[in-house]
Amino acid sequence: MGSCAVWFIYSALWSNALNQLMDIHHALKNCGTTAKNLTAVVSCATALMLVHIIPDLLSVKKRELYLKNKAAQLDREMGLIRTQEETGRYVRMLTHEIRSTLDRHTILKTTLIELGRTLALEECALWMPTHTGLELQLSYTLRHQYPVGCTVPIQLPVINQVFSSNRAVKISPSSPVARLRPAGKYTTGEVVAVRVPLLHLSNFQINDWPELTTKRYALMVLVLPSDSARQWHVHELELVEVVADQVAVALSHAAILEESMRARDLLMKQNVALDLARRVAETAVRAHNDFLAVMNHEMRTPMHAIIALSSLLQETKLTPEQRMMVETILRSSSLLATLTNDVLDLSRLEDGSLKLDIRTLSLHVLFCEALNLIRPIASAKKLFVTLSFSSDMPEHVIGDEKRLMQVLLNIVGNAVKFTRVGSISISASVAKSESLRDPRAPGFFPVPSDNHFYLHVQVKDTGSGINPQEIPNLFTKFAQSQSLGTKNSSGSGLGLAISKRFVNLMEGHIWIESEGLGKGSTAIFVVKLGIPGRSHESMLPFVPKVPENRVPTNFLGLKVVLMDENGVGRMVTKGILMHLGCEVLTVSSRDECLRVLIHEHKAVFLDVSLPGIDSYELSVRIHTKFSQHFSRPFIVALMGNRDKLMKKNCLRAGMDGVVPKPLSVEKMRSALSELLEHGLLLDSQSEKWKCPLELQQQGESHLP
Amino acid sequence: MELNRLQRSFLEYTAALFREGFLDSQFSQLYQLQDESNPEFVVEVVSLFFDDSERLINDLSRALDQTNVDFKKIDAHVHQLKGSSSSIGAQRVKNSCVSFRNFCEVQNIEGCLSCLQQVQQEYLLIKNKLEALFQLEKQIVAAGGAINTVEWML
Repeated sequence: MGSCAVWFIYSALWSNALNQLMDIHHALKNCGTTAKNLTAVVSCATALMLVHIIPDLLSVKKRELYLKNKAAQLDREMGLIRTQEETGRYVRMLTHEIRSTLDRHTILKTTLIELGRTLALEECALWMPTHTGLELQLSYTLRHQYPVGCTVPIQLPVINQVFSSNRAVKISPSSPVARLRPAGKYTTGEVVAVRVPLLHLSNFQINDWPELTTKRYALMVLVLPSDSARQWHVHELELVEVVADQVAVALSHAAILEESMRARDLLMKQNVALDLARRVAETAVRAHNDFLAVMNHEMRTPMHAIIALSSLLQETKLTPEQRMMVETILRSSSLLATLTNDVLDLSRLEDGSLKLDIRTLSLHVLFCEALNLIRPIASAKKLFVTLSFSSDMPEHVIGDEKRLMQVLLNIVGNAVKFTRVGSISISASVAKSESLRDPRAPGFFPVPSDNHFYLHVQVKDTGSGINPQEIPNLFTKFAQSQSLGTKNSSGSGLGLAISKRFVNLMEGHIWIESEGLGKGSTAIFVVKLGIPGRSHESMLPFVPKVPENRVPTNFLGLKVVLMDENGVGRMVTKGILMHLGCEVLTVSSRDECLRVLIHEHKAVFLDVSLPGIDSYELSVRIHTKFSQHFSRPFIVALMGNRDKLMKKNCLRAGMDGVVPKPLSVEKMRSALSELLEHGLLLDSQSEKWKCPLELQQQGESHLP
Repeated sequence: MELNRLQRSFLEYTAALFREGFLDSQFSQLYQLQDESNPEFVVEVVSLFFDDSERLINDLSRALDQTNVDFKKIDAHVHQLKGSSSSIGAQRVKNSCVSFRNFCEVQNIEGCLSCLQQVQQEYLLIKNKLEALFQLEKQIVAAGGAINTVEWML
């Protein structure tokens, strides 16, 4: 287009020039010839020049136009860059302001001020939603010319329009949110409003970023000066939108920071309170320990004196009444000593100073000893006590023997105490996880490992039972049930409480079930014990605890002869001896016995249940047979009755000892040990059953 | 769970036998003697007891049937029976033997006869109960378990 115009112009000029030339030519026609020639030359030259100049001029003009376009483009781009730079600068400034203050008000005020300055606004205001969310309240204005605090309902259409878009929206100056000046100055410039999202702490989930579907918005209203003909330009609107977003973030940061500051202050206050509490508790613990130390020594000393002297008094000559009194004193003081010990134990358990004494122990021996201790009472009450071990239970385990025994004795003792008639059954097994579920302890999930297992012990009795409502109180200190009404309810009420604490120390659990009064009860405890021979080998030397009564069982291959006329009895006794490792030769008559007995036999057991003097005679004949030998077999009579006279006669006849029937493995074991150690059995009173049997020395001497 | 139930039944049955006086602690001794080298000890001993007792009871009835009752022989038989029953812990049989011997001593035929009847009764009772017990044991072993008692005591 431009070039056509150029062409047009220049063709016009050229034709103009040509015409002028023609005119000059015509004019010159009337002049002289030289002048004519000159003129002709000049006009030719001019014409020639024009031919060259016009394209150049055209191209120059073309370039000029092109450059002008470019300039305009650059101008526009410059404008854009400037805008962006301005926006960037603004945002940087705002961010700077935000960083320099945690105060929400400062942020908002700064925002409004800077916006006002940058955009040269007449007024700038921020409407915040109220607590109810139903109204917008005028919270901040730039020029303070309108009373802060007035509200508009949030459901106005103009507000909805602004809130539903994330762009800055031009609104009418007459809308309620835009009426920021008192009435009178109604000629305001153009107004723009933009929403400012208000983010809440609750919008920030851990796993996902907050969606910007925030419900709450504030409204920012910007008013151009009324006396200028300014319009809102696109880049200004863009600036406003960016600012609005930034302000939202800034406000949220400020809110979060405020929150964390508050939390920190609260923590500091709590720390101070806790510190104080700790110091108070430490003082209490110190006082408690001092008290314990005093109790320990001061109370036990007189206690021991009473017990010791009463025991001594018992040994002196006393009248029956006196004896009864001394016995009562002893019983009472023993009880008192037990009480004191219990309380001390419990205190030590409570303040955590009790440590378990972990070493290797034998479960069989432990249960055996416990049963021995309650056997006298159980026998007296004619209660049947049964004990069973599961086959997968290890013989040796690692744990605190004394405390485990204490717990077991407590439970079994209670069972015996509160059962008038019937039976008590004790079963021990390796706990499987299903059997460990106690509905009252849902948090107890024992997990056995390679080095540990959980021992499950259940003691069931047919005794007086427990009212199910009282079961929770059983393990409470000093709480004793009133309804049981036993005559000899000796006990501090601490037994179960202590047991529970020991069991807890062993990382276990203890509970009691009962269907009601008169329906018996079942006590169950589960404790964690170590398995020796695994990783414990490196920690503890394997020290199997040998009870004092246990004697070495080195009867393997010991050759013995057994004489019993009764087939069943013979088989049983042979079984016992073989169980102990002996090589047994059985005979059923005395003659046979004499025949087969050789000096390799270390002992000969004669069943003397059948009356008759033949047994004595046999003994004499054995002596005779071996009189020339260096040694002869020990001769032991197995007696079916407790006839003292018979026993005397046996010993007089040269027998080395007497073992009363009914026989047991333990009795035979002890008898053999005694024989091998001392060469004779001096007394075998079976009234005191022990496990294993402890043979007492009496005055009887061995007669040749 | 079946195994547990069987084992519990076994224990309860045994406990009942103890409670009612059929067995005493000597019976539990027998189980102590049962191990890998002697896995059937209890059954063997008890079978021997059954055989022995039946023989003795027959001998006793025959002896008491005679016109001239030989109390010495009867006493000897009863003594044997007392010994056997005591060895395996058959308490009630043993106790009835004791009263039997008392009647023998005073040579009271009526008393002896009634005692014999009692002995026979007690013997049959304990025989049934022990056979039932061994049945249970067989079931437990068949279900893959083992009799897991180590020590029972009075």
